[in-house]
Formats: sequence, C-alpha cells, structure tokens
Amino acid sequence: MIQFLLKGILRDKSRSILPIVVVSIGVALTVMLSAYMKGAFGDMIDQNARFETGHVKIMTKAYAENKAQLPNDLALLEVDELIESLEKDYPEMQWVSRIKFGGLIDVPDEKGESKGQGPAAGMAINLFDEESGEAERMNIESSLVKGAMPQKNGEAIIGHDFAKKLNLNIGDEITYFGTTMNGSMTFQNFVVSGTIRFGAAAMDRGAIVVDVSDAQKMLDMENGAGELLGFSKLNAYDDEQVKELADSFNKKYADDANEFAPIMMPLREQNNLGEMIDYSNYMSGIFVFIFVFAMSIVLWNTGLLGGLRRYQEFGIRLALGEAKGTIYRRLIMEAVLIGVIGSIVGTMIGLAGAYYLQIVGIDISGYMDNSTMLMPSVLRAKVTPELFFIGFIPGLLAMVFGNMLSGIGIYKRETAQLFKELEV
Amino acid sequence: MKNGSIISIKNVTKRFPVGEGEFTALKNINLEFQRGEFAGLVGPSGSGKTTLLNIIGSLDSPTEGDALVLGKNISKLSHKESALLRNKHIGFIFQVYNLLPVYTVYENVEFALLLQNIPKAQRQKMVMEALEWVGLASMADKKPDKLSGGEGQRVAIARAMVKKPEIVIADEPSANLDAANTHAILKTMRELNENLGTTFLFSTHDEKVMGYLDRIVHLRDGAVEEDEIIKSKTQS
Repeated sequence: MIQFLLKGILRDKSRSILPIVVVSIGVALTVMLSAYMKGAFGDMIDQNARFETGHVKIMTKAYAENKAQLPNDLALLEVDELIESLEKDYPEMQWVSRIKFGGLIDVPDEKGESKGQGPAAGMAINLFDEESGEAERMNIESSLVKGAMPQKNGEAIIGHDFAKKLNLNIGDEITYFGTTMNGSMTFQNFVVSGTIRFGAAAMDRGAIVVDVSDAQKMLDMENGAGELLGFSKLNAYDDEQVKELADSFNKKYADDANEFAPIMMPLREQNNLGEMIDYSNYMSGIFVFIFVFAMSIVLWNTGLLGGLRRYQEFGIRLALGEAKGTIYRRLIMEAVLIGVIGSIVGTMIGLAGAYYLQIVGIDISGYMDNSTMLMPSVLRAKVTPELFFIGFIPGLLAMVFGNMLSGIGIYKRETAQLFKELEV
Repeated sequence: MKNGSIISIKNVTKRFPVGEGEFTALKNINLEFQRGEFAGLVGPSGSGKTTLLNIIGSLDSPTEGDALVLGKNISKLSHKESALLRNKHIGFIFQVYNLLPVYTVYENVEFALLLQNIPKAQRQKMVMEALEWVGLASMADKKPDKLSGGEGQRVAIARAMVKKPEIVIADEPSANLDAANTHAILKTMRELNENLGTTFLFSTHDEKVMGYLDRIVHLRDGAVEEDEIIKSKTQS
C-alpha cells in the first residue's frame, strides 16, 4: 500500500509539489538558522572564552567584585604555586595566567619628543611558551596584519588600526605609561614587532599585547596575575563539567573571609554568557516551533485544497470498503512520506546554505564600531551533525499536523451520499 | 446458480429529516433477491432507487425494518463492519467511472485488492484475469485519460469484479455511454453474472439496460409498484 501511495504522491504533482516545496523551504530555513544561531552564538561564546573568560576563571574575591576596573592591586599572588596545585587537582584543565591593564601609549619621534598618544587596553599572555597554547588560542599569528610575533621580551604587538592612528611602523619604539599594582607610576618601552586585528571591535580598539613576564615586571606583579584562566584540554566547553569544577574549587575557600582568597567563576557566570548559552539552546527550539506552527497552517490549507481535489478519490475508497479511519491513517502515512521527502530535500538545501554561511559568514563589523561586546565581526554558521536531523522535526510534524487537521473532513463524509457525490 | 436468498428487505422504511419535518424515501419495502440474479430497480427520480441501493450496499441503514445482506443485518453493522462488508462482498459501478486519474488501468483495478491485503503475486493474477474478462488486458498500463467512455466503464466493471464479490451494485452504469458501449458492457456484465454467479443489482431507467434484466422492480414514491420477473433477452 505504501508503494501505491508513493506512486500517487509522485505522479500527482499538485498533491506533492506544493507540500514538498513548503516543507523543503521550512526545513531548509530551520537548518540554516539553527546552524547560524549555533555558529554565531558558539563563536561568541568561544571568542569570549579564548579572549576573556576561559572555560573557568580564577581571581581574588576582591578582584572579581571590581573586575570591570581591572584592579591589578587586587591581583592573585604566588600564581606559580596556585597553578601547580590546580594542575594536580584538575588535570583535565590547562591553566594560564593573564594580566589586563590600561594605560597610555606614547610614540616618540627621533628626538624623543611625543609625536602621538592614545589610550591602550593591554593584555599580557604567555607568548613565548608554546605549551601554554596562548598564541594559538588567541589566533595571534593568523590575526597579524603586519610584522611578526614578539620573539623576545620587550617586544609588543599593537592593534592595527591603533598603529595606523599613531602612525606606527614595525620596529618603532613605543612607551607605555600606567600604574603598577602598588599604585606607583610605571613607564616601559616596547618595540612594535607586529600589528594585529582580532576581528572583535572591543578587542581591536587600542590593543597592545605583550608577554606576561614583561607585564609582571612592568606592573610590579612578581609571580602575580590578574586572572588565571582554565581551559578544558579537550578544547570543548562542557557547561556541567565546569560548574562541578568551580563548585569543588570554591568549596575549599567558602569559609575564607580573606578578600585575596581565590574564587573560580565558570564561563556561564561571566559577561552574561550563561544567558547567551541558554538563549542559543532555546533558539533552535523556538525556530523549530515557529516553523512547525507556520508550516502547519500552510500545509493545513494545502491539505484542505488537496482534500477537495481528492473528494472523488476518497468517495470511491469509502465505497470500495475502506474504513474512514483507514483512509485517515493512510492520509497521515502520505503526509509522513511527503514530510520525509521534503525534509530530505530541505535538509540538503539547508546544509548547503549553512556550509556557505560557515565559509563566508555575514560581516557585521559595520555595526560594531562602538560596541563594547566581545563578539566576532563576521558571524558564521556552524555545520554540526544534529543539522542532519533537526529539520525533520518541523518537516514531519508540520506535514502530519496539517494533514491531520485537513483530513478530519473524511470523518464528516456521509456514505449515504456517495452515489450522488460520485455522479458528478 | 440461483440458490438461496442473498438480499432480504423486510418492511424497510427510510426517512430523511427535511427542515423541521421528514421526507419518506422508502415506504415499507419488502423484497427478496436470490444469489445470481440480474435485477434492476426502475423508476422515476425520487422513487427511492438510490436509497434502496444505498441500504443494500451498506452505505446507509433503514429507519425501520431489516435489510439482510449476505445474512448481515445492515442496521446493526458498525461503520467498520459496513466497510468490511463492502470491501469483501460488494462491488460498485457508478454512473461516472470514477477511476483514479493518477493510476494506470492495472493499478485502478488492483486498488480493490490492496484493501484486502492480498499478496502481490495473487493480486497480479487476479487483476489480469479481471482485465481479460472486460477485454482490456492490453491496456493495463494506460492511464484513465487515454480511455474511451466505454473502456473507462469496463475498467470500473473490472474494479468491481476483481475481488469476485457476491453482489455488484450498478447505479445508472449506462448513463454516459452510447448504445454500442451500453450493449458491450451489459453483455460483459451478463457473462460475468452467468460465469461467476455474481448477483447484479442495477438502478436504471435506460430501456437498453432493462432489456438485459431478468427481473425489474418498479419503484414509485418509495414503494414497490411492480416486481416483474422476465426472461432476459440475452438468454432468449
């Protein structure tokens, strides 16, 4: 019987083409939007993790309370010992120290006179230790616009637009003005080894990247760091795992009233990322629901029109002795067949679109000029295995639901009227 | 072939609600049809022919009285049981051939067997046999829109006959056919009636059809006016 129904669907274009087109469009949009949401939110979360929050972040309790002000006077001390203990307790994580600092960059001319100045947002990471993976994690090498990675202490990378604004060239010397963790003034000269563009407006404005040892020396933070970031060695963020990890770490210091006691914050508790993670999870569900709803209405109407067209067929089938319930069930079976065909077509189209969006992405840099949010300037989709089946949910549900509604008419059919109806 | 009652109509009355009142379509009908009869209901419009066929075909049930078809009381059958009775034992031929346009001649005939879950090999044999009865085996792969009116009606006969039903109900089967085609399909049905022992029950006011009938039940205003037993011309 399924073969018989399939023949009917494939041969009767008006029965199959419109529903298949509707299902395909809906499924393709669901797949593409899910991929785009997943990719865009995933990139945002990933970028935040790599540049800002880690999968977990350890700070002093006081630093955590005022972290927006980059209070290096409240930084962690004896960081090497803390990292050693963390590596022992949580071997599944990799730990790196970072220092963020603000200040002023001054560019001297040949005579040593200031020829330009600008506010700097500095970040100190471990640039020289390959095992730390920091340079790779922050895509420094591939984000370089000019020049090269710092090879030794005293070299720095400057944001490309910042360098252009200050008219800086590779090899030029710059002076950093700022305050140490003890509040005294500090001056430090760096040689520009390269210019960089991270692709996140919030990062690129006034960026200066130096090695963490240079920053420790410059800011009087011997064996200190503003933040310790932990990254899963599998490089995949697991919300549950890091929550358990943070709970276990914080338990140890729960009764410590010292404001310099460390506190661990999982990614979701920083920068409203928890809401973003939840939002990205909900969005796929919402898309599926919207498409199920919208497509059901369209397919309901399509089904009603199909029901009118097939009025004669259903009449014959009733006369031939097919029970109403059987006709209704076979109508649903047809819906499943059409839904599957439409879902396969839609998934293929959606995956192609998602793949295109993964490669090309959508450039939103024009909207990000004044943004303080850490997010990529090109939002890309992400093709994941679940995309191969996620479209089948709206595709099948909408088609079946639409046909269930429209097929109710079969039950209203009076067999006593069949002779009259079939005479037309 | 004519052995035993196959349809027994006892004191059947059928009323339909019309506005706030009622219209009586059948008034206390009593009829008996034997297995293998080639009979017709004849009468003007509104005489109750279709209503009586509906009841015999288990498409409707009487308001009063009993209609026993193959020993089953139509009034007491559920929708499913009525459908099963039609599925297994009753074939229908309509005024308009009502073939499913997207399916071939073969598939249109096969459909009646699909409803009975008959295995494919057996189905194939039965469909080809039915198409041979009506002389259309060579047109099995044709679509209904490629058939003439007479051929379409013969496919409808094959569809009604393929499951070898005990009863075939034909509602004005010649209404859309010319004289030659009418004679052709009537001859075919007569042969099937004689060869397979199928009971044929017609609703008609076509003289050509009446000429083939063994028995004509004249209906008027919902009542039997005359029950005429005649010898068919084909047998004479």
